[in-house]
Amino acid sequence: MNDRDPIITEEDLHAYVDGELAAERRGAVEAWLAAQPDDAAKVAAWRSQIEMIRERYGMVGSEAPPERFNLARLARRRWRGPAIAAAAVVAAFLVGGVAGWFARDAEAGSRSDLARYTTDALDAYRLYAVEVRHPVEVSGDQRPHLVEWLSKRLGSPLRAPELDKMGLKLVGGRLLPGPNGATAFFMYEGPSGERFTLYCGRTSDRETALHYRTGDQNAAYYWVDRDLAYVLSGPAERDKLYAIARAAYDQIDLRAPQQGG
Amino acid sequence: MSEFRQRIEAAIPALRRYARALTRDAETADDIVQDTLVRALRSEHLFHGGDVRAWLYTILTNLNRNRLRTLSRRPTVTPINDNDAAVGPEAGSRDITRALDELAEDQRATLLLVVLEGLTYREVAEVQGVPIGTVMSRLARARMQIRAYLDGERPALRRVK
Repeated sequence: MNDRDPIITEEDLHAYVDGELAAERRGAVEAWLAAQPDDAAKVAAWRSQIEMIRERYGMVGSEAPPERFNLARLARRRWRGPAIAAAAVVAAFLVGGVAGWFARDAEAGSRSDLARYTTDALDAYRLYAVEVRHPVEVSGDQRPHLVEWLSKRLGSPLRAPELDKMGLKLVGGRLLPGPNGATAFFMYEGPSGERFTLYCGRTSDRETALHYRTGDQNAAYYWVDRDLAYVLSGPAERDKLYAIARAAYDQIDLRAPQQGG
Repeated sequence: MSEFRQRIEAAIPALRRYARALTRDAETADDIVQDTLVRALRSEHLFHGGDVRAWLYTILTNLNRNRLRTLSRRPTVTPINDNDAAVGPEAGSRDITRALDELAEDQRATLLLVVLEGLTYREVAEVQGVPIGTVMSRLARARMQIRAYLDGERPALRRVK
């Protein structure tokens, strides 16, 4: 013990544990800890917390990033339009503006349509996906008629995406009431009978990229392209759903420039 | 690839680690990371030099804050509840995860930026946009609460190394 030991504050202890303490103070802190069992226990507890946190989460930092974080691909999205804020957000909530460097970044628009559309779309999915005899009003072999009819009712040119490459064929579609009036509902079916639906209606929300929402067994991707909101619903297998939503999204997106409003 | 992009790419593993610990949910975490990357790429012209990594942490922190704000506004449509299910039976892991759950968001972020991401107090202050004294008090409260939580939760257990 040394009477001339300076008083060590709690801040010093944190700085000591986190390696922020100036080298010339370390000795003083160590001497202090040797004489102060309460503070020594505190420091030991903090170190054990650090160890537990690193043990639990550290390995994530040495995993190779999945393909979804391919920067070249993510960067391409920004050319699709100024308002596209990409990425899936679990539970389908729009992410607002970012403070700090992005203080002026505009808010991501109204959040209401997103919640209403995904709720209604999942309800419709649950109602009709199990339907054996009458899942649709107009069957997929009348695709041109179906699309023309629904486009007319919505007042916007629609397209039923071609998802054959994903192993999905168009079962058909129907007209449904939705959050903002008439809504188009397309149903697709995979080889083992699993069904996916695309729900589409008018919105005044800003354009967004894919947003994810999951329920117990079903899940949905939501996005807005021009004046239409889309919800792709299906079984809650995220990767598969994403691939399908992405294919639909890309087709609808490619179509957009030709429509001219 | 531009130097800016290379630096972003190099930061992805650390961003995922931070987001995972911050949200305690792998899917949510990767969604936030993806959002962060898109924001960063889109805002390259707003970046005026400095540490790309700290800048990314700032974006991520803000996105997560917005997410939580939105979730709290819409309590009826949030079916995510399996944070603990994936953790498994390893008691130490579950305890620290729960202890982190108990913390206020800012305290958790502060602690993780310091101990998991290795940021200095000053860097954390910049990321969070607060004075360094606030960082210190958040850190102190986080550590105090975790200690109290772990001690209270399993009084008979001692960590054996």
